[in-house]
Amino acid sequence: MSPAHKHAPHWHQARSVAATMRQVVYALLPAAACHVFFYGPGLAINALVAIGTALATEAFALRWRSLPLRPFLGDGSALVTALLLAFCLPPLLPWWVTAIGTAFAIGIAKHLYGGLGRNVFNPAMAGYALLLLVFPAWLNQWPPPRIGDIDYQPLSLAQTLYYCLNGRLPGELALDALTRATPLDLSKTQLGMMYTMDAIRANPVFGDFGGAGWEWVGNFVTLGGGWLLYRGIIRWQVPAGMLAGLMLPAMLFWLADPDIHPSPLFHLWTGGTLLGAFFIATDPVSSPVTPRGRFIHGAGCGLITFAIRSWGSFPDGVAFAVLLMNAAVPLVERYTQPRIYGQRGGHHGS
Amino acid sequence: MDARQAAPAFNLRPPRPGWGISLPGLKQPSTRGPIQVLPPPDEVVIALSHARGCATPVVHPGDQVLTGQLLAQDEMASAHASVTGIVTAIEPRAVPGSPATPCVVIRRQGTERLHPACTPLDPMALPPVGIIRHIRDGGIVGLGGASFPTARKLAARTPVRALIINGVECEPWISCDEMLLRERAATVVRGTAIMMRALAAERAVIAIKVNMTEARIALHDALESSGAGDISLALVTARYPSGGERQLIQLLTGAEVPAGGLPCDIGYLCQNAGTAAAVADLFDRGQPLVSRVVTVTGAAIRQPGNFEVRIGTPLSALLAAAGGCHETPQRLIMGGPMMGITVDADALPATRGTNCLVAAGAGDLAPQQVEMPCIRCGFCVEVCPARLMPHELLGAVRSEDGIALDALGLAACIECGSCDLVCPSSIALTPRFAAARAIRIMPDEAGDEAP
Repeated sequence: MSPAHKHAPHWHQARSVAATMRQVVYALLPAAACHVFFYGPGLAINALVAIGTALATEAFALRWRSLPLRPFLGDGSALVTALLLAFCLPPLLPWWVTAIGTAFAIGIAKHLYGGLGRNVFNPAMAGYALLLLVFPAWLNQWPPPRIGDIDYQPLSLAQTLYYCLNGRLPGELALDALTRATPLDLSKTQLGMMYTMDAIRANPVFGDFGGAGWEWVGNFVTLGGGWLLYRGIIRWQVPAGMLAGLMLPAMLFWLADPDIHPSPLFHLWTGGTLLGAFFIATDPVSSPVTPRGRFIHGAGCGLITFAIRSWGSFPDGVAFAVLLMNAAVPLVERYTQPRIYGQRGGHHGS
Repeated sequence: MDARQAAPAFNLRPPRPGWGISLPGLKQPSTRGPIQVLPPPDEVVIALSHARGCATPVVHPGDQVLTGQLLAQDEMASAHASVTGIVTAIEPRAVPGSPATPCVVIRRQGTERLHPACTPLDPMALPPVGIIRHIRDGGIVGLGGASFPTARKLAARTPVRALIINGVECEPWISCDEMLLRERAATVVRGTAIMMRALAAERAVIAIKVNMTEARIALHDALESSGAGDISLALVTARYPSGGERQLIQLLTGAEVPAGGLPCDIGYLCQNAGTAAAVADLFDRGQPLVSRVVTVTGAAIRQPGNFEVRIGTPLSALLAAAGGCHETPQRLIMGGPMMGITVDADALPATRGTNCLVAAGAGDLAPQQVEMPCIRCGFCVEVCPARLMPHELLGAVRSEDGIALDALGLAACIECGSCDLVCPSSIALTPRFAAARAIRIMPDEAGDEAP
């Protein structure tokens, strides 16, 4: 008999990192299918470009840092980063824009900070923020959804691919005819022009509450988020905090003057709110570990998102809100450390 | 408010919803039949050590000894011959958990006879100090696994208002206390009453898990027929580690043992249920600690069960008593899956701390996983019963930062293994914390019993 030496505990009841990441990918699939249904195959193409770039960058970084390829390439974290970044990008985008964003996310935001588990900032959001600052024009080209009475000729798969590869449209097609301002864009610019919310909402890109079509993507994102909650992969504190942090102030302003402030439901069903609440701000590595800290983190993300949407120069603010709160994680953790058994109150170091 | 001023009130509310971890108990296989009494083996190896040191031998090789005869003594817990025979050696031997500890080896010879000094004694005629002295001379140590000398623990530095008898046994596999409570509840109640007298405690509570139905009924009957109105029964959550000493106090009373303090500092004292039975046997039957109940289980074992064995019986005899193994065990474990220690060979002897022997089968153990970097999922923070931040402690252990380790509360770690269990990165946290604790911190004076 040669019983292997092993210290207690002799059991292990955890889902591995790779299995966790797989669950996140599964949770994103319904929303991705919905996205493709409303916005065409662009997301799938962007996702493939992002995944390819992410794995290549990851492999390069691992080789450079003399780390084994197999466990880290297989852990699925680069895959999730790539998918989340692709989810934020407009469906019509030249491949190199996607590739630059992904390479920055994995190479700079993740590996320069020490790789898996060490990144201070959410890599997908770091990549997205870079693209938003460097290629604002590309990033604002959103085609309208295939829904309702929007006058629009959707692109075929071949045409989308052509655009992705060449950065321009084939033949006679003009980009202006294919893209529309997003609801967040419209509300921001037209509120600035003293239109009332009611007048702005007459535009067919608006749906019942948020963006037409986009609302449904949001619903499927929420479904995926519910799955992650059910499987115990994310905790309720972050989404609850983020939705509360965004919708409570939105409600106050909206109640004060509904003509010049979008409703809290509009905030909920537009832009990156739901994706941010369930998939981005919940990233374990770049969010606090303490339960109370998670709520504060979420609430901060929601509040900053609301502030940027209301008074900032960008139509949406989820990415910047998440990155700002990422920077605050050490502080939040310090003040929310649980009281150790047998010790009197106070936080760590007090 | 000073907890000592307050009369102990037992609330059974967990400190927060979802406290602890739900583990499969795996107790059914070993609780199907009654406790079987094993005949004395041909040779016993009796470890003289306990959690606070080691007794000094008073016999010599070649001496004829009777069962219950004093082999070694010190001011905390003596050791006694568990069989009648000849002392063949007094030398360091390997025992579970230690490569070399002073042992007395006895070869069995002649008919089993109890030493004439082993006579019943009426504890109620003795002063508290006399009871504690007799418990010391009876070689009684905590039978929950830590082997802390019972007499030392009973000589509490502050008055104890309530004695807590720990029959929770929250670790999977182990069922020796549960079977003892089912079959010998009256003995446990009797031992509780004796220890209450030694402590001058106002009341006592016997804590078991909510799902120990048979033990609950047996205890209820025993308490009723004993007429001891100052002993009550408490049912605590089955979630792990509800049987950890400090966790049990928290679950029962809502109070926490202050950092660096002992349970008696807030007026409580914990003893294991098996220890209470051993104390009762010492006074009522005159029998020092020469045997104990051991669970033998695991998927590799043919007939799992509980066995009353002489201290020093080789583990191989325990395995044989349980019908042997029908597959080669993957690992021999003494204790449970969460805190049990790996045993190198089945030739080692059972000690007073051997509560459970597991011959783990293929499905019993977690497959060996590659350690990945921490992804800060925070699951360890959620499950830690001491409310530590294990992932931060890991960083401090790795950088050997003693100040950070103290600030992060390494001293409060009970090495329960919960953080390891839930770690998606398969990081071996507990072994690292145990090693760091061994270097930085003296073992608890409290002698916390294993959950």
